[in-house]
Amino acid sequence: MTSVDEVKPVARRAAGPSPRTAHGPAGAAGPTAGRRVRSRRSGRWWTPWLFLAPALILFLYFKFIPMASALTMSFQDVQPYLGNRWVGGENYATVLSSDGFREAAWHTLVLAVGQTAGSMLLGLTLALLMEGQGRRISFVRSAAFLPVVVPIAVVAELWRIMYHPTEEGMLNSVLGLVGLGPSGFINDPDSSMVSIMLTGIWRGAPYDMMIFLAGLAGVDRGLYEAAKVDGASRLQRIRHVAVPGLRAVLSILFVLAAIRGLRVFTEVFLLTNGGPDGSTEVVMTVIYKLGLEQNRLGVAAAGAVLLFLATLVLTVSVHLFRRRGNA
Amino acid sequence: MSAPNETALGLTESRGVAGRVLKAVTYLLVLLVFAGPLLALLVGAFNHVKDPTQLSIVPNDPTLENFTVAFDQNVLTYLLNSFFVVGFGLLLQVAVSVLAGYALARKRFRGMSFAFVAILATLMLPEEILAIPLSVVLSDLPVIHVNLIGSLAGMIVPVGAWAFSILVMTEFMKEVPRELEEAARIDGAGDLRIFAQIILPMCRPALGVIGVFGFTMIWDQYLLPLLVATDSSSYTLPLALRTLRVDPLVTPGVVMAASLLALLPSIIVFLLFQRSFVHGLSSGALKG
Repeated sequence: MTSVDEVKPVARRAAGPSPRTAHGPAGAAGPTAGRRVRSRRSGRWWTPWLFLAPALILFLYFKFIPMASALTMSFQDVQPYLGNRWVGGENYATVLSSDGFREAAWHTLVLAVGQTAGSMLLGLTLALLMEGQGRRISFVRSAAFLPVVVPIAVVAELWRIMYHPTEEGMLNSVLGLVGLGPSGFINDPDSSMVSIMLTGIWRGAPYDMMIFLAGLAGVDRGLYEAAKVDGASRLQRIRHVAVPGLRAVLSILFVLAAIRGLRVFTEVFLLTNGGPDGSTEVVMTVIYKLGLEQNRLGVAAAGAVLLFLATLVLTVSVHLFRRRGNA
Repeated sequence: MSAPNETALGLTESRGVAGRVLKAVTYLLVLLVFAGPLLALLVGAFNHVKDPTQLSIVPNDPTLENFTVAFDQNVLTYLLNSFFVVGFGLLLQVAVSVLAGYALARKRFRGMSFAFVAILATLMLPEEILAIPLSVVLSDLPVIHVNLIGSLAGMIVPVGAWAFSILVMTEFMKEVPRELEEAARIDGAGDLRIFAQIILPMCRPALGVIGVFGFTMIWDQYLLPLLVATDSSSYTLPLALRTLRVDPLVTPGVVMAASLLALLPSIIVFLLFQRSFVHGLSSGALKG
């Protein structure tokens, strides 16, 4: 609320310039006249900056300064009270040569790929199944969307309970109905990774479904009709009409999901915290343990910078890929 | 013959018996998979069974005991902390977003693309990546030397600026016709008047969108409270769930009751503002 007070003086000053009566919408249409008028009536040059100030100051404090200090810390041996010592690339060498980190990077990659692919495939299937109008179908859609709004901590605790490893555990009794199990789920190194992936897909697929539905709504209805007249089967309609119409959505979802996947933390932290036997250790849980439990801030910062670079490379390359595809 | 309801799969239009059965089975399966676990949570929270990790569709012998135990474990304090954080966090976030959106949408100024790029860049800097330095920065904010560790303010101020909200607001504010603003300017209205009395009232749907998304985003926060909270007096409810779980005296039923309390506000907000939610989701993602 202080931000409103901050801009108050501007209003009085901005009201200063004499009101112009000469220009209407027609006058503003000409490029030169429009610019002159705009600069006059916009008040002082810093008026927009005052409106932007709260956002920029908060970003400076909680995004840019931390990023800058991550960079400097990553080249330092961080010692509270003793003063930091410049160590060059030592932290990066430590991180990159550590088996634990490399293994965690591999797990992260597997999890990101699995969750992204699983969520998108299931999301697309759901969207195709539940496209359309009607009260019943929109009820099912809303219900299917619920996992997205469930806080991640609740998702993790709920699935922890459902993954109870005994025969009477919730999911195990479902598995028992179809003659499978019991599985150790998150308690068994062989199935822990898949279990986390499943939980992630449960929460990610409905989100993707909604985006796909929005994309499908943009597909020209007439094309389906035309395809039908031409005798196309349902599968052909999906492959040749719906999916091409979803291309933009697909690449956006892919970037979003992949970035989310690379920095996965909370669900792993709460479901397994990297265990059993380090079978689900991901980059973020390693960084968290290094930085906040072992207080090796420099090494942890180096890991974070590497994670940032990975997401940056991914985003930029998808953008380049998209641009080339569009040209 | 035109069919405005034509879909890719054409499942909704299937009329035959086989089609109807297929449709019903599909919807049931979808409900079971995605809403089933939440139903299990609801049932488990009221269940009296000794081992609530077991599956049961209806509570056999419903009880409020899980909740009374949860309240004995200070769950009410955690819930109030959560409400405090989400209330003030959202207020700050919306205020910051509408102000920034106004400048970006209605003004042309030197350095505008710089500001825009800076805001977009923050999308690449999620708190996971910044966690370690952020905890250092929070313990001693540069220049003003304030320590936010251990205080609820440390969970509120960092979420105050969110690029998503600012961008949604900017897009919406661009749509307000210039003529309205020009007329007000001729009448001698300043920027703050125009912002508050013309632009803002026209953006009510956008306020709904950023309100709902902001609420969900802040309520879902986990890592930031984890970095900030030092003892249980500053725990938010999502953070407290883990502490409850590792307490050997607390049964899974109590964890489920507390989880249900952490879940309800977001479900209620979603159901009330579903339209804004879906609107923001599709427009935000598709513009990308």
